[in-house]
Amino acid sequence: MSENLKNLVSEVENASELKSNNHTDNKMLLYLKKYGIIFALILLIVGISIAEPKFLNPINIFNVLTQSSIYGIMALGMTLVIIAKGIDLSVGSILAFSGIVAASLGQVATASTKFFPNLAEMPVIVPILAALTIGALIGAINGGLIAYTGIPAFIATLGMMTMARGATLMYTSGKPITQLTPDFMFLGSKIGIIPVPVIIYALMAGITWVLLNHTSFGKNIYAIGGNIKAAEISGVNVKKNLLLLYAFCGLTAAVAAIVFAGRVGSVHPGAAVSYELTAIAASVIGGTSFDGGIGTVGGAVIGALVLGVLRNGLTLLGVQAYWQQILEGMIIIVAVIIDMRKNAKKK
Amino acid sequence: MEKQKYLVEMKNIVKNFPGVQALRGVNLNVGYGEVHSLVGENGAGKSTLMNCLVGMLPPTAGQIYFDGKEISNYNTSDALKMGISMIHQELSPVMYRSIMENIWLGREPKNKFGLIDHKKMYDMTKEVLETINLDVDPKKLMKELTIAKIQMIEIAKAISYNAKLIIMDEPTSALTKKEVVQLFDIMKKLKEKGKSLIYISHKLDEIFEISDKITVFRDGTWIGTEDKVKFDVQSLIKMMVGRDITEMFPKVDCIIGETKLEVTGLADTGRFKDVSFTVKKGEILGIAGLVGAGRTEVIETLFGIRRKTAGKVFIDEKEVAIKTPMDAIENKMALLTEDRRLSGIFPVLSVFQNTIVANLRSYVKNNGLLDNKRAFSDVESYVKAIKIKTPSIEQRISNLSGGNQQKVLVARWLLTKPEILILDEPTRGIDVGAKAEIHKLITALAGEGKSIIMVSSELPEVMGMSDRIMIMHEGKVTGIIENRKDLSQEEIMNYATGNTSADQLEM
Repeated sequence: MSENLKNLVSEVENASELKSNNHTDNKMLLYLKKYGIIFALILLIVGISIAEPKFLNPINIFNVLTQSSIYGIMALGMTLVIIAKGIDLSVGSILAFSGIVAASLGQVATASTKFFPNLAEMPVIVPILAALTIGALIGAINGGLIAYTGIPAFIATLGMMTMARGATLMYTSGKPITQLTPDFMFLGSKIGIIPVPVIIYALMAGITWVLLNHTSFGKNIYAIGGNIKAAEISGVNVKKNLLLLYAFCGLTAAVAAIVFAGRVGSVHPGAAVSYELTAIAASVIGGTSFDGGIGTVGGAVIGALVLGVLRNGLTLLGVQAYWQQILEGMIIIVAVIIDMRKNAKKK
Repeated sequence: MEKQKYLVEMKNIVKNFPGVQALRGVNLNVGYGEVHSLVGENGAGKSTLMNCLVGMLPPTAGQIYFDGKEISNYNTSDALKMGISMIHQELSPVMYRSIMENIWLGREPKNKFGLIDHKKMYDMTKEVLETINLDVDPKKLMKELTIAKIQMIEIAKAISYNAKLIIMDEPTSALTKKEVVQLFDIMKKLKEKGKSLIYISHKLDEIFEISDKITVFRDGTWIGTEDKVKFDVQSLIKMMVGRDITEMFPKVDCIIGETKLEVTGLADTGRFKDVSFTVKKGEILGIAGLVGAGRTEVIETLFGIRRKTAGKVFIDEKEVAIKTPMDAIENKMALLTEDRRLSGIFPVLSVFQNTIVANLRSYVKNNGLLDNKRAFSDVESYVKAIKIKTPSIEQRISNLSGGNQQKVLVARWLLTKPEILILDEPTRGIDVGAKAEIHKLITALAGEGKSIIMVSSELPEVMGMSDRIMIMHEGKVTGIIENRKDLSQEEIMNYATGNTSADQLEM
């Protein structure tokens, strides 16, 4: 009898021990899940560095950052849009249109194919402001359509994607605009070893972070994505916020356009086709949920870096470009599967 | 086993939800060829029991016998195959497909090539529709039909499954008198063919017309099953409400001030009309009535979620125009909605974000940024003050219990310093402990001089908490009781069922 009791006690003890072990396991798992994407990025960097030590060269690191900056900046606006349960397919076309207008206002006076033949050389602020205005305006039209006609964001921005691309082609009759002013080119160059695009990217990330976390606009975006009906009843001005949100997304595309023009030194009307998809990819790899209400600026930056590191590293390793695409696609899918499971657990 | 008398035997069914026991050992026996009505207040457990029967919810405990065999661990499609069909209150047909495609959805007749045999489907549909004397073209789209017709198509679908039992949950709530007569004709025909029907309704006159047997539920318990002839309206109502727990509610008399809110002739054509009432400072106005009486519509219109078609709203004797919830909040109103999941919480957001969302404006600093620190400490003090159980305010609200989620929503509105609080079913679906706490909170708010409108389907709650009670039936105010002590539950039920007549009501 007492033997039995002893067995029982030790069994219970074993069971509780097992439980506590499980508990710590769970904790680690939770931690891994929460910061999974950071670990994935570190793992990717370590793996690539071991295979190809040149990767860690500071110049190469800045290369990665510069390459990531254009779609990284777009991913900032995209993340906010996806948090609000929307989507913006037009940012690639907005980049092209605002970029080409900026380029047309930012050519050197002696350019061989001057877009405005009689235009003097403009201070760089003029093309910058022109691009930002165009980007925000097109974005506001997107937002207005979505908020006031009620059509799905996918449709509104799909239409805008096509229209803005058409407008870009019409603007230059299909020709590229080249020979930008040195001031303009500076935006794509370096200060010391630090690339200017990276500085702009960091600035934009900071601004977006403040917007999302320290303004009522940011909280409203989470609310709209989290439950639009509850947001309305809680007095959130859903329409106004949607309009501002898409305007901001358009603005990030315009900032990306300026960086793009500065780096490349010219803008082609066919530029940035499918960049919206890279921006969406960066956003979802960084943990932004298509179900709305979930996403962070940090995640968007890390998502863009994962893509940047992957592209750069695989090229350094001499992996065929086709393979790179296949891998990139796999990463997008796997990242979202992991994320969904994480979110499902929390429910 | 003895020769079975019953098609359906449910024995000692228990169903637990987290924090709530929805069914506490319920029995139900339904005979062959019988119309069996289930009655009880909202939340009495009728729908939960039926969901257990059709395989939508697994019962926590208990046995179910169907046609003499014990059945367990089955889903809705198994139930359909066994012959159990349910026609839900909210019909969800595929609107842009035809009647025949809807009826045979997922089991379309095939020809020898494995493709859908439309001709055969058409003939089969005709045949089924004839059994209930329904003369419509099987190729007609569902969206072209009235709700009554859609319902009959659902019945036809049940027949096409060779259903032995058809369960109807509030089938007449959207039907006209004429359509109800048609429905009853069909029900009688089905009965003649030996089918059993379970009928759930709040409309007592209909229950008396159509039923053979009536089972009464209350608070998740079985109260009794009797032949219809053993009941009359009064005895049935008594069985449905039959309890006296007014003392459970901590309502204390508060000092009642001047009129705060006055509503005159409010209407939304087709939903409700000519609704007029006042609420004073420190007063709780209860709005009673059955589901579908128009109570929620009235307060949603008041709050600017719906547009009114007529009527005026005055606050502090000044007319106000409330067209959006933003306007309502501006006028110091707050609305706790009826459906917490649908229009209350932001499930993936934190307790913190859920709490501050209606009050962001007041945390904007001069530089345009939010004063997160102050918001944080405000939320934390509310969490403490109204005892919200959460590990931290960074916790996702969906991880909290229903009662605590509801308290977060209360905190959300308290943060806006409202003067008029509208509470729609404030304690629905939350456990008894949290219920009492929310009642205490409501009383305390009235004590602070706030004006409170409380919609509730639970009569004891309305009677226990309100200073005055307004009762609605089918979009109209059927009575306003000035002193809650004046009326019994049975009498309120009479108003709410539209069953009022002078001799029944001695005011």
